[in-house]
Amino acid sequence: MHEIDRRDFLKLAGLGGAVFASGLAGCSAMGSKAAQEDFYFVQLSDTHWGFNGPVVNPDAKGTLPKAVAAVNSLDRQPDFIVFTGDLTHTTDDPQERRRRLAEFKQIVGALKNPNVRFMPGEHDASLDRGQAWSEFFGETHYSFDHKGVHFVTVDNVSDPAARIGEAQLAWLKADLDRQDKDARIVVFTHRPLFDLYPQWDWATRDGASAVELLMPYRNVTVFYGHIHQEHHHMTGHIAHHSAKSLIFPLPAPGSVPKREPIRWNPAEPYRGLGFREVDAELQQAQYSITEFPIKGA
Amino acid sequence: MNPKRRRLLAAGAVSAIAGASFAACVLAQTPEQVIHITARKFAFLPGEITLKQGVPVVLEFVTADVVMGFSAPDFKARADIIPGQVARVRLVPQQIGSFDFVCDIFCGDGHEGMSGKIHVVA
Ligand SMILES: [Cu+2]
Ligand SMILES: [Fe+2]
Repeated sequence: MHEIDRRDFLKLAGLGGAVFASGLAGCSAMGSKAAQEDFYFVQLSDTHWGFNGPVVNPDAKGTLPKAVAAVNSLDRQPDFIVFTGDLTHTTDDPQERRRRLAEFKQIVGALKNPNVRFMPGEHDASLDRGQAWSEFFGETHYSFDHKGVHFVTVDNVSDPAARIGEAQLAWLKADLDRQDKDARIVVFTHRPLFDLYPQWDWATRDGASAVELLMPYRNVTVFYGHIHQEHHHMTGHIAHHSAKSLIFPLPAPGSVPKREPIRWNPAEPYRGLGFREVDAELQQAQYSITEFPIKGA
Repeated sequence: MNPKRRRLLAAGAVSAIAGASFAACVLAQTPEQVIHITARKFAFLPGEITLKQGVPVVLEFVTADVVMGFSAPDFKARADIIPGQVARVRLVPQQIGSFDFVCDIFCGDGHEGMSGKIHVVA
């Protein structure tokens, strides 16, 4: 298994989530290095560009650029970077929404690695069914292959009622039909596909239909955002991992009477924020996750 | 669900409730309690309701502005609240305690604070 080197780790310590995907394990034994190559990707989530709330994050304008700089400082660059939604904080003004999307796009344009994948969150897409978001970033759901892993993004936010919807589920089924049952499949989505805590709207109305479509596949892992904290859950053999946010942490499901952002603590700035590396271990179809906090300037 | 079918279902619910209260009258019992709740950006009014364990209740929702959702997962109860229509949800609270309900249709900047509590007492 590939381990992120210690120097890189320290650079990122202070920031917040990246995911490693490494194909090294078993490769030497198998002797097919070309087919299954070591790699890792970085997951960033819930950057909420445009959020304004000094008691929650007095460095709302600085946190995203810090994360970009931290990823750029990695000696070994990730194969790609994925943003799992809520790129911008919601606004009722369509003009302002586009301004935030444009600014976000410009800031992450500074990433050294140009291979960046995007998906929307409900803050980006739910008020106009993804229209503005798509003007900047294109399709809200799509799939791609990378070094033997099939990646699928599922949009459960363009419908304000948090449904994937019949049409997209049919697309997902057709996409999965082309895969072997033992294919390595990674799903990116914004909301949890299972009922994590529907009392706080931490669910996808028809998420169970997507999980059902994924069930026949033996190697499926889901990475998502939305809940602004790390969380790990299994539905059968399918693992679901949520990422930290890059704007404010939220409390553990049901741990407080009301779901509200956790306030900034000057003694521990950037606490609970971060991104992750995912190391794909293709032979075992396992993913090691390394979490990175955000460091102050 | 298409709006027409939803209307039909809503109508069905109304007549069922009317039938029930008629039967209740005949038996000289109290009709089911109805609680009116207005949804608006970004609150339910009232935001807290208190119910008696085992006593059926009908929640009637209207929205003052956009489409809203009512979802009380602990009661497996939810409804779309469409402008110009009354949404009805019938509950028979079984467990004592306080339970969250939320708006589950994203309605704008402030949606995330749109929630309330159902208190069930003995
Ligand atoms: Cu979200
Ligand atoms: Fe978010």
